[in-house]
Amino acid sequence: MSDTDIQDEAIKVDTEKGNFKYPENYEFDAGVGLTEDTIKYISDVKNDDEWVREFRLKALEVFKKKPMPTNWADKDLENIDFDKIRYYLSKGQVPARSWDDVPDDVKETFERLGIPEQERKFLAGVEAQFDSEASYSRMKEDLEKEGVIFVGSTEGLAKYPEIFRPYFGKVIPTADNKFSALNSATFSGGSFIYVPKGVKLKQPLQAYFRINAENFGQFERTLIIADEDSEITYMEGCTAPKFETATLHSAVVELVALKNAKIQYITVQNWSSNVFNLVTKRGMADEGAEVKWIDCNIGSRLTMKYPGVVLKGKGARGEVLSIALANDGQHQDTGAKMMHLADNTTSNIISKSISIGKGRSTYRGQVHMPKHLKNCKNNTECDALLINTNSRTDTYPAITTRGENNTVQHEASVSKVSAEQIFYMMQRGLSEGEAMSLAVNGFVNDLMKAFPMEYSVELKRLIDMEMEGSVG
Amino acid sequence: MNTLEIKNLNVSIDGQAILKDFSLTIPKGEVHALMGPNGTGKSTLAKVIAGHEDYTVESGEVLLDGVNILGGEPDDIAKAGLFLAFQYPLEIPGVSIANFIRAARQARLPEGEDINAVEYYKELYAKMDALKMDRKFTARSLNEGFSGGEKKRCEILQMSMLDPKYCIMDETDSGLDIDALRIVSEGVNLMRSEERGFLVITHYQRLLDYIVPDVVHVMFDGRIVHSGDAELAKELESKGYDWVKEEFVGAPA
Repeated sequence: MSDTDIQDEAIKVDTEKGNFKYPENYEFDAGVGLTEDTIKYISDVKNDDEWVREFRLKALEVFKKKPMPTNWADKDLENIDFDKIRYYLSKGQVPARSWDDVPDDVKETFERLGIPEQERKFLAGVEAQFDSEASYSRMKEDLEKEGVIFVGSTEGLAKYPEIFRPYFGKVIPTADNKFSALNSATFSGGSFIYVPKGVKLKQPLQAYFRINAENFGQFERTLIIADEDSEITYMEGCTAPKFETATLHSAVVELVALKNAKIQYITVQNWSSNVFNLVTKRGMADEGAEVKWIDCNIGSRLTMKYPGVVLKGKGARGEVLSIALANDGQHQDTGAKMMHLADNTTSNIISKSISIGKGRSTYRGQVHMPKHLKNCKNNTECDALLINTNSRTDTYPAITTRGENNTVQHEASVSKVSAEQIFYMMQRGLSEGEAMSLAVNGFVNDLMKAFPMEYSVELKRLIDMEMEGSVG
Repeated sequence: MNTLEIKNLNVSIDGQAILKDFSLTIPKGEVHALMGPNGTGKSTLAKVIAGHEDYTVESGEVLLDGVNILGGEPDDIAKAGLFLAFQYPLEIPGVSIANFIRAARQARLPEGEDINAVEYYKELYAKMDALKMDRKFTARSLNEGFSGGEKKRCEILQMSMLDPKYCIMDETDSGLDIDALRIVSEGVNLMRSEERGFLVITHYQRLLDYIVPDVVHVMFDGRIVHSGDAELAKELESKGYDWVKEEFVGAPA
């Protein structure tokens, strides 16, 4: 096999591949709507500790009080009917350690998505979440021996409170925004990871989030703690079938990189076009540490996501590389936040968005450098590509720099794929769809080089699929 | 059947007639030059044949080896064997020359069949060497930041890699210095064969010193008004186009 063949084999997930579902058959179901009883049901099923129960109920209060952010965000948010959503659905509490023990329909789902195959090929560990809970979770044994913890949120809080509790809800407080509060009340699943001092994971850990049920809300909660001098790459993938009704995905992801640690968090989401994807992601980087978000947003009805890094220690580095593709009827409202809180901190934001048809993409960036800091640097580049004349892109950069020795650099561009470029490529024998995908792939090419190979291959495939569908 | 035959082609844009009953037959194995003053419809002809959608075809046919291609999609026309070397090649940022040509070759293969990468690069490098292109160019974004000469060489490289039955070269000499002109022409001459026909569109005779045509046509106001051998081009060079205009306008309709 050539390199390309191997690459192509590495990950096989495409938009149509995710569009299937199995009949709903759940052991645990919190019913429809969100009340204190819903939260108590979730806590009972999970056998939460008292402090977790309180944490959830307080969060519910915050959620109810907070208004929707529609003073600045997409009005489409108002179409989410919280009373019609189901907040917890699961088939059981304990994830299987072997694919053989996973219920058949769930196993088939993940097999069709290629997860077991990827695990064999290049992953150090996999967690596969089906609606509210992980159905499968396994990490290579040698990592366990080194003290790496890779569990779900319930198990993390119950079994390792001394490790996770000090950081849980600290990087992203409950009241950060309405949806972080919602997640704090209803969270289930997600990954809790601890990498001990000096341990450097050579292969990535991966989580795959699958929504199978209609009118469902998935609220996974992830907390990754990389202890001093450790390194970890975490990848997440997400899909859902195409339902007629809206589905909600509202995750909270907190990363903690202690002194000189490195965390790389990679997302390739491929939601179907009925999903509201409202996710809060933030990392904290201690002295000399590095937090890097690689975020690829494809699909969904509305995505709002602004991964951030709090650069807390001297010399910390933060990076957000993001690609968003907004197809007809979709709005990708994405961006990045960099909070510089120490001297010599550097941050880099590169955002590329593609709007197709009536698709809309929005970049919101926030870079904060207070006056008392020295030698801080930020570089922000945001480039937008419009495929049709009715596509739309907006950029809202908010950069506050004070202090004399700090530097920020901001560049933005908007370009179009012209009819003449498409004609030129078609004259060489490419179909209109192939020509557009090539142009789009070219646009994101330099950024994709920064991604691990397996993910850039998958991303290229997803873009090709999206572009094919966009040509009438 | 072994011809590119343009029959009674009438084309307009925004209601204005550009090609008027244009007819021309290019047999395989021949190089035809199409000359004429600016604004006479030469580039329109090239784009219409290649399937550009901005033009309205009122009537006529374009038969490629006997099959009408007029009104087809540009990619289908390309795959039928027509190549257009653009006067102004478009820049495609982020798409390397190697990947672009590879995608174009791949598009010509039946589904499920893949290009042999080793053989592909071997051929690509050999053809680049012939066109005196630096092999490092394969990694550069297609036409992005290229000089005029580099763009035209890249067009000839694509033409040669895609092995078309008929080549239309639209003002390939524009923007070329004399060295580049010679190299590009050599590339074209290497491709001349009994299996291929050429239509070389040019405003100047200069190119035809290097690519010697079998037939020269003079186009004016949407149709061919004179045809002759290579000598006709030289005549045009010395006399200019004014005599064509005078003769044509003066002639009874």
